[in-house]
Amino acid sequence: MSPAWHGLLTSIEATDRGLESAGYIASRPIATSLYLAHHLRKPILVEGPAGVGKTELAKAAASWLGLPLIRMQCYEGLDESKALYEWKYGKQLLYTQILKDRLGAVLGEEPGLEAALNRLHGFSDLFFSEHFLEPRPLLRALREPGGAVLLIDEVDKADQEFEAFLLELLSDYQVSIPEIGTVRADVPPLVLLTSNNQRDLGDALKRRCLHLHIGLPDARLEARIIARRVPGIEEGLRRRLVAFVQQLRSLDLKKQPSVSETIDWARVLLLLHVRELDAGLVRETLNVLLKFESDIEAAEPRLAELLTAARPEAVPVRS
Amino acid sequence: MTGPLLDFFRAARSAGLRLSPAESIDAVQAAEVIGFADREALRDALGLVLAKTVEEKQVFATCFDLFFAAPAPPAPPPDEAPAAGEGESPLGRMILSGDAAGLAAAAAAAAAEADVTSIAIFTQVNLFTRRILERMGLAALDREIAAAPPVTAQRLREGREGLRETVRDEVQRNLALYAEGRNEEFRRRTLARTRLAAIDRRDHERMRQLVRAMARRLASLYGRKRRRDRRGVLDVRRTLRRNMAWDGVPFLPVWKQEVIARPKLILLCDVSGSVAAMAQFLLLFAYSLREALAGLRAFAFTGTMVEVSDLLEDLPIERAIPAVLDRAGFGSSNYGAALADFEAGFMGLLDHQTTVIILGDGRGNRTDPRSDILARMAERAKQIVWLNPETRTLWGTGDSDMPRYAPHCRIAAHCSTLDGLERIISGLLRDGA
Repeated sequence: MSPAWHGLLTSIEATDRGLESAGYIASRPIATSLYLAHHLRKPILVEGPAGVGKTELAKAAASWLGLPLIRMQCYEGLDESKALYEWKYGKQLLYTQILKDRLGAVLGEEPGLEAALNRLHGFSDLFFSEHFLEPRPLLRALREPGGAVLLIDEVDKADQEFEAFLLELLSDYQVSIPEIGTVRADVPPLVLLTSNNQRDLGDALKRRCLHLHIGLPDARLEARIIARRVPGIEEGLRRRLVAFVQQLRSLDLKKQPSVSETIDWARVLLLLHVRELDAGLVRETLNVLLKFESDIEAAEPRLAELLTAARPEAVPVRS
Repeated sequence: MTGPLLDFFRAARSAGLRLSPAESIDAVQAAEVIGFADREALRDALGLVLAKTVEEKQVFATCFDLFFAAPAPPAPPPDEAPAAGEGESPLGRMILSGDAAGLAAAAAAAAAEADVTSIAIFTQVNLFTRRILERMGLAALDREIAAAPPVTAQRLREGREGLRETVRDEVQRNLALYAEGRNEEFRRRTLARTRLAAIDRRDHERMRQLVRAMARRLASLYGRKRRRDRRGVLDVRRTLRRNMAWDGVPFLPVWKQEVIARPKLILLCDVSGSVAAMAQFLLLFAYSLREALAGLRAFAFTGTMVEVSDLLEDLPIERAIPAVLDRAGFGSSNYGAALADFEAGFMGLLDHQTTVIILGDGRGNRTDPRSDILARMAERAKQIVWLNPETRTLWGTGDSDMPRYAPHCRIAAHCSTLDGLERIISGLLRDGA
């Protein structure tokens, strides 16, 4: 029997609407990727600049489908004991201590050493069983009974060895634990990997994934996103602020403002009860959009020009 | 159903996408899930499966559009006047009745028969156009035109011209789809083997891509920290440490390893006219490879030695190379003076981890070669590698001082092509230089 959320991913349009209901405005390729990921049982590798909503996509998918979101943040030095499973050493120790007395009672009746050993073999893998297994994110995602959304965040930050270790999980939705055997997912989780392109990922990993590149959105999409995320903002202002950010991106900047910065800025403008964008106000709040001193310096002298370009119908901006 | 997809994979491969069979299978499955009806959705879906970087996405989009571009509709019949004849040949009938779909189908069938996808260069366009038209029955149409009354003949002639245009466009499209990649591939292979000094200026951009790709490959191979086991040599200290739990009884022996360090490179490039072309590719190579190196300094000289590391780090390579040439000047080379400059200013850079790569033909225009300085450098540095674009037989002829320099170098090699450069640098990286 397939879980309820399988019935939700019936078409690309349904996926699009579903994500929107969870507060995520998706472009066509994004919705397509989620739809395909489910039907082809493949993970999605999401790449793109910071702040375009890579992680957000996983959250929205989880909340729409009603699945638990299991998130694993990657970093240098991440290994399988932190990603997959760990034995509960403390518990194992404690149990051996507690069982010590019982052990005497159990083995006491045996006549010789050999017999006692044989008897012990009967209990063989007591301490390396499921009871003492501490599941880490990857294993948790596989064992989640109704499926899950597994987000492997910033996989480019992990080592190459870890990438290789992920391959089995990503292609077959199973992992091998030497002491127990192979754990296979009953319901394959939806897997999303994100990468900021710090290093090139291996071909083997890329081959197993659908590759989704989320770029900076165009004005229409961005306006829809702002409308969704900052509902209080008035429509005229929204259109102008989006147009301004789009203009700002045309400058030669070290770090271009992405969607998350636009959202923050819209929130700031909302808090300040702004009705009209003018150069002074933009200058004061520019540090919300631009995160480098050099970028701010580059943008400041051209603010008036950018503002005018952002609303060709309006009168020139007063200085 | 999968026929057009298979053709598309071929086109995509020739456009430079690397598609594995596994990805092709995924693409077929994706297409089955999505269906062929919605072209936008199909394009998104195939893009997700087949293109794995941003650049590949662009290549993919172009290729997809080109491949699935609907062939231009054949010219409509010029007027609604009743057909001036029934037409005898199949082509004539279709032209006279304005059967555009029939013509297109016939053209496609003839194109497949003529194996148009095997087209390799643009000079074949006419050949293939002619072949396809012949297969469609051009000869019969020509005969019909000759025999027909003037009005009909005129319409048939117009129809024939329209048809020729259509077929020609179709062949052009196939050329763009299938031939470009093959030609590009061929050109790259040839370039890697061409003498660097002889490479044409218009190929420089392509060369830069090639150099970067090679360097990237080496960097990802050797960028990580690596160890090499020295088999059979016991590491006593670590063995004791490892076996402390057993009171030092060595249950688990530990063997010695050596860490292969990332090399520190110092490049000395002769940028006088004879070697300049080669120097720019060496500099580019080294700077694309920086991940795999622990340190990199670059110097250029003709008569005096000047450091150019800052230029190469700050400027994009297209501007950096001219700037380097500008700074080091176009003089005639004087190896002795340049080496003396290096000794005076930068000898402190050399230590037992440093590899010095000198690029030059060793022709000092009969000035004092000062090979004694090179000897002192060789003592301080880990090794000196001399790359000479001239073949070995020319060393020592005329004003060449190579025989005097060569004894101080661990490697003195002839190297004039990109392939050769890659071989030598990759060897250095493998052994930790």
